[in-house]
Amino acid sequence: MNIAELQAYGYFALVLLLVVVLYSYIYHLYSTDKKKGGHDYEKFSNMALNDDIGDAPVSPMSDDKEK
Amino acid sequence: MENRPLEYDYTVAKMFMFTTIALGIVGMLIGVILAFELAFPGVNTILGQGLAEFTNYSRLRPLHTDAVIFGFTLSGIWATWYYVGQRVLKVSMAESGFLMFIGKLHFVLYMVVVVAVVASLFLGITTSKEYAEFEWPIDIAVVVVWVLFGVSIFGLIGIRREKSLYISIWYYIATFLGIAMLYLFNNMEIPTMLATNAAGESGIGNWWHSVSMYAGTNDALVEWWYGHNAVAFGFTVPIVAMIYYFLPKESGQAIYSYKLSLLSFWGLMFVYLWAGGHHLLYSTVPDWMQTMGSIFSVILILPSWGSAINMLLTMKGEWQQVAASPLIKFMVLGSTFYMFSTLEGPIQAIKSVNAIAHFTDWIVGHVHDGTLGWVGFMIMAALYHMAPRVFKREIYSKSLMVSQFWIQTLGVVLYFTSMWIAGITQGMMWRAHDEFGNLAYSFIDTVTVLHPYYAIRGVGGLLYLVGFLMFAYNIYKTMSARPVEESELQNASPMGA
Ligand code: HEM
Repeated sequence: MNIAELQAYGYFALVLLLVVVLYSYIYHLYSTDKKKGGHDYEKFSNMALNDDIGDAPVSPMSDDKEK
Repeated sequence: MENRPLEYDYTVAKMFMFTTIALGIVGMLIGVILAFELAFPGVNTILGQGLAEFTNYSRLRPLHTDAVIFGFTLSGIWATWYYVGQRVLKVSMAESGFLMFIGKLHFVLYMVVVVAVVASLFLGITTSKEYAEFEWPIDIAVVVVWVLFGVSIFGLIGIRREKSLYISIWYYIATFLGIAMLYLFNNMEIPTMLATNAAGESGIGNWWHSVSMYAGTNDALVEWWYGHNAVAFGFTVPIVAMIYYFLPKESGQAIYSYKLSLLSFWGLMFVYLWAGGHHLLYSTVPDWMQTMGSIFSVILILPSWGSAINMLLTMKGEWQQVAASPLIKFMVLGSTFYMFSTLEGPIQAIKSVNAIAHFTDWIVGHVHDGTLGWVGFMIMAALYHMAPRVFKREIYSKSLMVSQFWIQTLGVVLYFTSMWIAGITQGMMWRAHDEFGNLAYSFIDTVTVLHPYYAIRGVGGLLYLVGFLMFAYNIYKTMSARPVEESELQNASPMGA
């Protein structure tokens, strides 16, 4: 096998890997949503909507300490 | 300290708002002068032969590009960072004397760099690398300014109350990291005073002069890896950061899909870095690299449209706001132009299309629907949204804003349509030949044909500049307009008639 062929296989493998990574990420985003105590990603929009200094943070830093 | 309620501190944001406007005027004014120099060459020597050195096209062109990119756009990025950063992290700069000091130092050193850049470029001191014209002493100062920006980002993140980082913060961080990497690698250079030539002479040339560490094709490759990603991390990523904050905030609508915003973030980060080869199609760089650049450019449309569509859909069911608010108009047209230039870009990156488009005015047309329609509109919208909140006053005049919007939109349309026609005409004429392969036209034939389009472009640019002056005036008057209550600042910005 010469270098060009190796590159071609490598390239194909890389593309495949990226496709898998991309779709797993999408799956991850949608499956951890809400259920099973995962993130509700959509509520993160509130970080912009309720951003007065007195507004309650969406996920306060102090959460860490309580756990 | 007495018991005053904690407030966000916009001191540094205000400073950068000022430079956004001032350098925007300078950069755009020079741009308009350049446009008329191309259309009417007499303008090159408008101040007489004695001063021609300072007024000719080639001396002014880097001043234009650097003033709008590193002056107007960067200032806009920083003005919004020092505003948005505090708000979505829910922490005030007033809480940290250190960050306040860093912010001010950031501004002061930036001003020093601006003065050095303007002076050196006017004097014709340049490395001659496009968008990287600054000589090594300035480059070192730029690195310091950039590090201060980084300290400010990560410092603020370090003392935040909001644990999660809002999507805009991701984009600001990416801007910081992306440009840091690009700038360092592209500006690797050796001062000529340290070099020795073949004849054994050393200490050659002026002390500030340097040569790139890369030569020939390698230099071109690094330069366009930098150049293209400067578009990515200067004209796209931070502007997306702005729209993800300012559009939802001004309209009171949650982002259509926060998940899509995360997905397009990673898509954009990954794909952009490989697309730079499209600036070097049919040049001496390896063929596979050109093909890769082309392919990644076509794929790039996906994450780009992912963000843009997400923004347009954020307005779903709320389109009456577009009609009612000039501020929303700017942002919605901005993301439309973003879609437009990220459709046009991939088309131009296809090899056979690029064979016609490269070196022609079509590229210039593409550049300006991106920069005027997307970057410029979004930065102005951001400043319009910030002004009532940092000055605690209503925006001076809504009707002025509306007229500005239409004048500038007309300006952009005249700009890109004329450059499309000019560019494609040029591309076709250059390659036209008879049956024996003799070229059908000489260069001057194209110049004659293009003249009217150059004049139209000049007018388009002038309209945009006029609109920008209206914007500057409106913000200036806002500082002394009717004071407003905190409660008026929740979403839609208060505007006077
Ligand atoms: C999907 C996204 C994009 C792609 C694939 C793309 C592609 C291209 C291509 C093929 C060129 C011409 C290279 C040549 O033949 O000389 C170009 C030039 C340019 N584009 Fe884009 N573009 C995109 C988005 C944008 C955006 C959003 C902006 C600005 C806001 C922008 C700013 C520029 C600039 C400044 C140049 C001129 C570089 C120079 O030659 O000096 N592009 N782009």
